[in-house]
Amino acid sequence: MLPPASDIGVTARPSILSRVIAKLRRAPPSAIFGMIVIAVYITAAIFAPWIAPYGEYQVVSDGPFAPWTEANLLGTDQLGRDFLSRIIFGARNSIGIAFVTTLLAFIVGGFFGIMAATLRGFADQALSRFVDSVMSIPDLIFTLMLLAIFGTSVLNLILIIAILDSTRIFRISRAAAMNVVTLDFVEAAAARGEGLIWRIVHEILPNIMPILISEFGMRFCFVFLSIAALSFLGVGLQPPLAEWGSMVRDNATLINVGDITPLIPAAAIALLTVGINFVADWFLNTSSGFSDEA
Amino acid sequence: MGFLFNSIFKMITRRIALGFLSLMIVSLIIFFAVSLLPGDFATAVLGRSATQDAVAAFQQQLGLDRPLYQRYFHWLSGALIGDFGNSFSMRPVAKIIGPRLLNTLVLAGTTAIIAVPLAVMLGVICARFRNRLPDRVLSAVTLASISVPEFFIAYLLMLALATKFQIFPSLSSVRPGMGFLEQAHRMALPIMTLLFVVLAHMMRNTRAAIINVMSRPFIEMAQLKGEPEMRIILTHALPNAIGSIASVVAINLAYLIAGVVVIEVVFVYPGIGQTMVDAVRNRDVPVIQACALIFSATYILLNLFADIISITSDPRLLHPR
Repeated sequence: MLPPASDIGVTARPSILSRVIAKLRRAPPSAIFGMIVIAVYITAAIFAPWIAPYGEYQVVSDGPFAPWTEANLLGTDQLGRDFLSRIIFGARNSIGIAFVTTLLAFIVGGFFGIMAATLRGFADQALSRFVDSVMSIPDLIFTLMLLAIFGTSVLNLILIIAILDSTRIFRISRAAAMNVVTLDFVEAAAARGEGLIWRIVHEILPNIMPILISEFGMRFCFVFLSIAALSFLGVGLQPPLAEWGSMVRDNATLINVGDITPLIPAAAIALLTVGINFVADWFLNTSSGFSDEA
Repeated sequence: MGFLFNSIFKMITRRIALGFLSLMIVSLIIFFAVSLLPGDFATAVLGRSATQDAVAAFQQQLGLDRPLYQRYFHWLSGALIGDFGNSFSMRPVAKIIGPRLLNTLVLAGTTAIIAVPLAVMLGVICARFRNRLPDRVLSAVTLASISVPEFFIAYLLMLALATKFQIFPSLSSVRPGMGFLEQAHRMALPIMTLLFVVLAHMMRNTRAAIINVMSRPFIEMAQLKGEPEMRIILTHALPNAIGSIASVVAINLAYLIAGVVVIEVVFVYPGIGQTMVDAVRNRDVPVIQACALIFSATYILLNLFADIISITSDPRLLHPR
């Protein structure tokens, strides 16, 4: 650990917080828009029970598809539940599950990717060929097949999508780690007899973290869209759980009478992915995240 | 020249062999993944209350009582001649998916025939007017259509063109007896939706491929000679970018595979994508396996095709370092 900058008599480096603020000030309008969108969605997801006017499963109207009124701002759904409340709770379910899935995919894919790059040889070959063959089946098709085999519970959905998506992250993290493992400080660590896990955690992981973080947004969007598509097809998150993809499906008949209500959850999905893409774009364009040069 | 063709031939044969190998591995994965099914087929389909006789009869009828490897070879050799055995509803799988496969091929094929030239053309326009108005507008539109779910685009088009202005029917239930125009009219909305989905990806990648070539010395040479920009793109950049454009086109046609599933469900189009989703809901494993194999084989063949195009279009690939 270095002593604080003031003690060693050099010009003080700005603190991380002030650097982040300085960077945010220079962010383009699209990225700021994206960050506001993400913040709104996260707020809705966390505080859903306090924001939503009604409960997730609460039936509030006498018949299905009640029109927009003051009591039910966006009307009610096919079972007479408040549409707006379902959308707000949907934020929690859709985003929460997609986030957990992406995180799991990164842990699994990142771990094996770094292992393959560090161990090389047979382990690398075996893992890489396995990943290649899994990736030669289109994602959605493979997911559908596995869901049919194991059944469509939330846990199965998370595990199946996470494991299939971890093949992409395996490739990314393996390629990134390949560049790092040959560097002197990693070889030095190996020479002083540090174990495999220690080298991965202390030497390799910190150096490929920026790449993984900037990839996280993109992969999250992909997972989020996959889960929405699966729920839309009726094989993803199961009722009565509120989920945006299945809300579109369940209320789609309204489109034929010119009612735009079913499009609102679809638009909610679209807005979030566009927002994340804006932020990820900006993040990728500014060299290495929140670094000193930024 | 003889040497040249000889080595092209060798590379193509090697690539085809590789494609064949991955097809075999995929068929293994698809077949054996099903044997991971917790419990067994019979209880999954007939329910837990089924009698032992019913279970035995069911297993015998589907050949489930034979060893796994025998079933694999039987399944694969059948699949090669288009015989996928019986579904769990005891109808031949080929009867269920045959006509629907044709419908899907028509839908995806039409989309591809429109999308590929259009994407290359728009990509060229973007590259020509890079960072100017046409490029900015097209890039913004494509970024937006990449990041929204397919069913959102589908329902927007349905709302606009089927409900508000009743130009096209909202459901594309095509039947064999229909005339060509009638079918085309009913298929318009799914094709338009798929075009939006595929075009965006394809156009962005074409633009990137051309811009990548534009930074090479021979382009600068052409510019210094004073050739007009459009001519440089068409006669110098585009031919050199064909290899990479072919591979992005193939990769993006894979979005068509995923897109086709969702869009067939939205528009109730009688295709193989919808068949697969129905089979997943009913857990009709033989149908699922057949659909998965067809989709994966298409995907692998597309990639194989793209690689062969890039091998034959780029002489430098003949001398791998």
